[in-house]
Amino acid sequence: MEFGEILRLSFAAIRGNKLRSLLTLLGIVIGVFSIIGVMTAVQVLQNGIESGLSNLGAHTFQIQKFPVMASQAEWLKARNRKNIDLRQAEYVASRMTHALYVGIESFDNGETVQALSGEKTNPNVTVFGENPEGISTNNWTIAEGRTITAADDRSGNRVVVLGKDVVSKVFPRGGAIGQEVKVDGVRFTVIGIFEPKGAALGGPNNNFVAIPLSTFMAYFGGNRRSLNIMIKAKGPEYYDDAVEEARFLLRTVRKVDPGKEDDFSIFSNDSMIATFNDFTKYVKLGVGFISFISLLAAGVGIMNIMLVSVTERIKEIGVRKAVGARKANILSQFLVEAIVLCQIGGVIGIFVGILAGNLAAMALELPPVFPYDWAALAVLICSIIGVIFGVYPAWKAANLDPIESLRYE
Amino acid sequence: MSTMIRLQNITKVYQMGEEQVHALRGVSVEIQRNEYVAIMGPSGSGKSTLMNIIGCLDTPTAGLYELNGTNVSEMNDNDLAKVRNKEIGFVFQTFNLLARSDVLHNVELPLIYGGVSSHERKRQAKESIARVGLTDRSHHKPNELSGGQRQRVAIARALVTRPSILLADEPTGNLDSKTGEEIMGLFDILHQEGNTIILVTHEEDIAAHAHRAIRIRDGHIERDELVTNRRVIQQAVHLSA
Repeated sequence: MEFGEILRLSFAAIRGNKLRSLLTLLGIVIGVFSIIGVMTAVQVLQNGIESGLSNLGAHTFQIQKFPVMASQAEWLKARNRKNIDLRQAEYVASRMTHALYVGIESFDNGETVQALSGEKTNPNVTVFGENPEGISTNNWTIAEGRTITAADDRSGNRVVVLGKDVVSKVFPRGGAIGQEVKVDGVRFTVIGIFEPKGAALGGPNNNFVAIPLSTFMAYFGGNRRSLNIMIKAKGPEYYDDAVEEARFLLRTVRKVDPGKEDDFSIFSNDSMIATFNDFTKYVKLGVGFISFISLLAAGVGIMNIMLVSVTERIKEIGVRKAVGARKANILSQFLVEAIVLCQIGGVIGIFVGILAGNLAAMALELPPVFPYDWAALAVLICSIIGVIFGVYPAWKAANLDPIESLRYE
Repeated sequence: MSTMIRLQNITKVYQMGEEQVHALRGVSVEIQRNEYVAIMGPSGSGKSTLMNIIGCLDTPTAGLYELNGTNVSEMNDNDLAKVRNKEIGFVFQTFNLLARSDVLHNVELPLIYGGVSSHERKRQAKESIARVGLTDRSHHKPNELSGGQRQRVAIARALVTRPSILLADEPTGNLDSKTGEEIMGLFDILHQEGNTIILVTHEEDIAAHAHRAIRIRDGHIERDELVTNRRVIQQAVHLSA
């Protein structure tokens, strides 16, 4: 008996009891929905964080006063750390041997940029003070005009490179290069425009401007702020050495006693993603466990309904056996029916789960995600549940006595 | 004539709790190809047990059963299923059609288990349906058919594998007498076409269609005789209705 025939039989039997089948597979739908929904949402967030983090380029790490993802206790502890000042940052920058670039950066949120024509932004622009290499370590590229040079930084020039969002607000008709703007009331000359970057989750997006670090220190109270040091290693093979070198240099200049822990935080894209994954791992485990239990419960429902189905069809089984059905034929008929029931539930669950999970993507304006691996796993789990809970009813059907089944009323 | 069925000293004992029930106590019978035999007896006589054994639904406790030259008395479930599929066509009192399937699928059913390809299956099933005159009902469900039509579908299903024997268990028991006559007329024609037919019944009228009547009582063959006064419906009844 070919498989297509068995499959056709299963669908016919399921169609024959639409409401009952629907209620039975609802359990599976809910179990699979919760797995797929949560996994999709987590994947969306993960993608969001990763694209947000692509601020830092490849084999680049950042050193700052505060840890990036930390509990409140860790954060409070970090508050007592000394600021990283320009002297320390330059000490590191001048002595690094494994670094391609060492960017030094400070920033200030919530500023207004205004053109002389009067067009201005909301007071929500981030102003970055960057040394020239900071432009590179931030992975920013210039779309128009020029970047900040060492000469700009040395002389404390009042020059600014605008992010795309600022340009569209302040110079909606274009022609920004060479114009004057006021950043927090201070006049700057626009020397360039940055290439727009993908929106980062909760990040400054393209709503920022960059000015030379020395200018920033002078006009935006840079001496009160802790600086960030961004280091791009000469290559992937130098990355670990570069991290150790930077740590050693900074500990030296900050006079951290041997045996004491760092009084600064080092992180990279990888370490941030790892931190996030650590967190989501528990979410995934928890959801996976709960869903597994709900799938088990749904499996018991499947088994129950299959037993009812076998009892209802004893006569049919008798007829099939009389005309030559073997045990294996009957077994596979009922087993496949249970599996198909589970799979229909699984497919509906996957579909609805992906839709629900991607609502998160829509809300956060992130690209939608199709979690192929989880979907495949869900299909596999549904088959296993179908087999585990379908095999006993099917076995029972296969071993019915043909004479008694034919006589059954 | 060649021997189709050879039963030698068949016994069947059922265990009913503490008690042993002897349903058959040594039955020996030979049935030739193209015989038309009625097995008769009151209820509890053992005729159903005999029919189940002949139909390979059951195996004897002791004794030898050769069907078409093959010893089937010691076969396992799977081999018996194969024999039922290829050698035996059942017609039941209660028709036993699959309620959710149409006529064509019901008739196809033995071929599905016989592993016949879909295309060939359809062809043979249609041919068999045509023989019982139900071509225009091929896509009807059993509940859209009359009792006589349902029994004809069952006969088409029994015939579709070209079995060695047609085994009919009270085939007219659920039909009115006119429709019963129609069905018996169909069996008469099938017999004339060369089929071997075994009829299980307790009605003398029905048994009178057969050549030979085997009477069972208390697990023994009481009498085995040729039927005098045979009733043969020579005129083919309307098969198209």
